[in-house]
Amino acid sequence: MLEHYLSLFVKAVFVENILLAFFLGMCSFLAVSKKVETAVGLGMAVTFVLTITTPTNWLLYNYVLKDGALAWAGLPNTDLSFLNFITFIATIAAMVQLVEMILDKYSPKLYAALGIFLPLIAVNCAILGASLFMVERNYTMGESVVFGFGSGIGWFLAIIAMAAIRQRIRYSNIPSGLKGLGITMLITGLMSMAFMLFSGIQL
Amino acid sequence: MSDVKQPKESLFSKKNMKVLTNPLSENNPITFQVLGICSALAVTVQMRTALVMALAVTSVVSLSNVAISILRKQIPSKIRIIVELAVIATLVILVDQILKAFLFDISKQLSVFVGLIITNCIIMGRAEAFALQNKPWPSFLDGLGNGLGYGWILMVIAMAREILGSGTFLGFQLFPDSFYVAGYENMGLMVLAPGAFILLGLLVWIQRTITKTVHE
Repeated sequence: MLEHYLSLFVKAVFVENILLAFFLGMCSFLAVSKKVETAVGLGMAVTFVLTITTPTNWLLYNYVLKDGALAWAGLPNTDLSFLNFITFIATIAAMVQLVEMILDKYSPKLYAALGIFLPLIAVNCAILGASLFMVERNYTMGESVVFGFGSGIGWFLAIIAMAAIRQRIRYSNIPSGLKGLGITMLITGLMSMAFMLFSGIQL
Repeated sequence: MSDVKQPKESLFSKKNMKVLTNPLSENNPITFQVLGICSALAVTVQMRTALVMALAVTSVVSLSNVAISILRKQIPSKIRIIVELAVIATLVILVDQILKAFLFDISKQLSVFVGLIITNCIIMGRAEAFALQNKPWPSFLDGLGNGLGYGWILMVIAMAREILGSGTFLGFQLFPDSFYVAGYENMGLMVLAPGAFILLGLLVWIQRTITKTVHE
């Protein structure tokens, strides 16, 4: 049992890294990976939001939206799964608002450093993506917690590595057409190739 | 913020045409505004899926721009992100149902990325940057222009990835079997994630060098 969760966790962090293998969460990744401190802050915020929204969306999907989910309320034939997208994004927006309020109260410095990117976590494809993967792959409740947490850690890992690299290349001689987006894409490609090495691991 | 009374602009005036053509090159959503990268890399393994995705995003961004532009004076500033998300999510649900009904196997291949159009930064980005301050017709043109700008980059990447990575073009095999027998092999890297990243980096380099825009 534990092996199964551990294997799912390792898969989410390394083998199927939500950013380097599935391309989710690129926009904030590109914008915030310029300094390591902001990258750490954003990474932690995204991991937290992922860990709480994936199981919450699991509950909503399995007890309200799925075909036959409303059997406990006496409506066994209703299929509300077409409302998946709007329900998930509403949960995510609510959770992000909660995180914003907590950060504002307990860590105003981090709140100020993240600035506009904090509300933008709500539209981070990685968060909605993790919930949609959870639906597609039919995870159980425990699996969705592990998957959410693992995806967050994977994203966190990628953004920290990228921030550290970008801080170093600031003093390199990059051709002007490649500066900014171009060189970041090439570096991400190399990182993605490196992470592919993990695909042989079996626990 | 009130609109200044301006003389009625013709539908296809120079200014409106500029709104439409700008995002095709100088203000391209992917290579210059750096938005919408996630889906640009994920669905470009084949040209068919890239084409369907490009059409889906273009329709959502133009219609959402129109809707938000029409509502722009009614939306209270505090909840505008939520209103925008609600409009965009509704349009995406519509697109998803249409795809499931008429193009089921492509919709299966696109899997979660149809839903992820909601979080596609281009749509929110144009809603915030343009639709909230402009009238419906220019907003529609802006949405259309950005969708097409996004679309052509997607098609270029998909073309390179499909031709180099699978040796096919829209599903039709390009190279005769004799090439394969003689030792030619498809570039497997193009079908995988790293190939997409590297291709996009090179494409951005080429485009920025051609239009000679200075960046950070």
